[in-house]
Amino acid sequence: MIHVVLPAHLQTLAGVGRVVDLEVSAPVTQMSVLDALEASHPALRGTIRDTTTKRRRPMLRFYACAEDLSDASPEAPLPDEVVSGKEPYLIIGAIAGG
Amino acid sequence: MSKVRVLVGTRKGAFVLSSDASRKQWKVDGPNFEGWEIYHVKGSPANPDRLYASQSTGWFGQVLQRSNDGGETWEAAGNQFAYEGTPGPHVWYDGSPHPWEFKRVWHLEPSLDDPDTVYAGVEDAALFKSTDAGQTWAELPGLRTHETASTWAPGAGGLCLHTILIDPTNAERMFIAISSAGVFRTDDAGKTWRPANKGLRSNTMPDQDAEVGHCVHRIAMHPSRPNVLFMQKHWDVMRTDNAAESWREISGNLPSDFGFVVDVHANEPDTVYVIPIKSDSHHFVPDGKLRVYRSRTGGDEWEALTKGLPQENCYVNVLRDAMAVDALDPCGVYFGTSGGQVYASADAGDSWNPIVRDLPGVLSVEVQTLK
Repeated sequence: MIHVVLPAHLQTLAGVGRVVDLEVSAPVTQMSVLDALEASHPALRGTIRDTTTKRRRPMLRFYACAEDLSDASPEAPLPDEVVSGKEPYLIIGAIAGG
Repeated sequence: MSKVRVLVGTRKGAFVLSSDASRKQWKVDGPNFEGWEIYHVKGSPANPDRLYASQSTGWFGQVLQRSNDGGETWEAAGNQFAYEGTPGPHVWYDGSPHPWEFKRVWHLEPSLDDPDTVYAGVEDAALFKSTDAGQTWAELPGLRTHETASTWAPGAGGLCLHTILIDPTNAERMFIAISSAGVFRTDDAGKTWRPANKGLRSNTMPDQDAEVGHCVHRIAMHPSRPNVLFMQKHWDVMRTDNAAESWREISGNLPSDFGFVVDVHANEPDTVYVIPIKSDSHHFVPDGKLRVYRSRTGGDEWEALTKGLPQENCYVNVLRDAMAVDALDPCGVYFGTSGGQVYASADAGDSWNPIVRDLPGVLSVEVQTLK
């Protein structure tokens, strides 16, 4: 089970709590996790990635296992700790605006 | 007995303000979508329980919300606004070519007769249409691919399509306005468009009378007289009597002819409202006084409406989508300010009262008159 942590505004938008649990088939990548997240919560489509290009929205970051994966390949495998559910996959809104 | 519902979009959420026809006691509901910018909320004329709301932030992009119960509950609709084909460039602030990029929905205009059909005016400027209650959106590309489009440049707020007027007597005709391209008219339901800016003069352009490039802030129509439009341009208040074939200035005795809003009395097609703003570099009202100006002669002659509005130490702005009228008699007039006040007049502007004083900055105000 993959544990995805959402920022507050996306929790409200999707009507979920801080953590969304997802079953994702191997290979588990950022792309497949986000695809699964959007499939289970369609209200989130376009809010994390551009709907057409699938590029990360510029003021969001993706973290896992104390690493910044924001600019890593979306198709690279996620760390084993994320795949096993030991560590969460974090979607973070950038601190901006003063 | 009739009721009034005021739909308010703010920088940090949407609010629904409700009253009976007396318009004295108000119920305030909200915020909905708290923390998000709500550029516009509008109800369907064909089914007033159907509302559409444009929700966005710089973090999470564009979300489109839909309500089927007058704003009691909401559901996310479709938010994929994809330009048709590969968009070419428009002009950027520094004069360089800049690729067309979708940023947000500024304005939602539901069809007059089908609650599932709604138009969206977006930044970078284009017009989209949904016929399935906002689930999917298709561009009407004839506008964005107009032969002048590569010369369009953004105003300070962006290259935004902010006004959509549907002719109630001719389903094929619409007017739209873009900052800073100007007014365009279609007579074939959006397939083709032509500039409709003759008579506008803008001294910010090398050719003051150019066919396009004018920073039109807002246009308004009375439904009984769709060939007569009123315009608040960046500077100048304008009027056309021939469906935007040509415009003439009606600024008359206004203390400033810069501003954003313009609207028309629901029962008197020649009674027009504007709120003068000091200048484009000030963006607050002149002399510290919040004054609505009303013309009962279709322009040129204006009277200040001040009763109930602050007449000292007031430095708010009123943005382009932040004024609306109800359909009651006497006509109600409403506007919201950058300071978070929403003012209402139940007597066509003679006197005003704040419905609320401390909302986030107001981006838009729409009114529904409910049976």
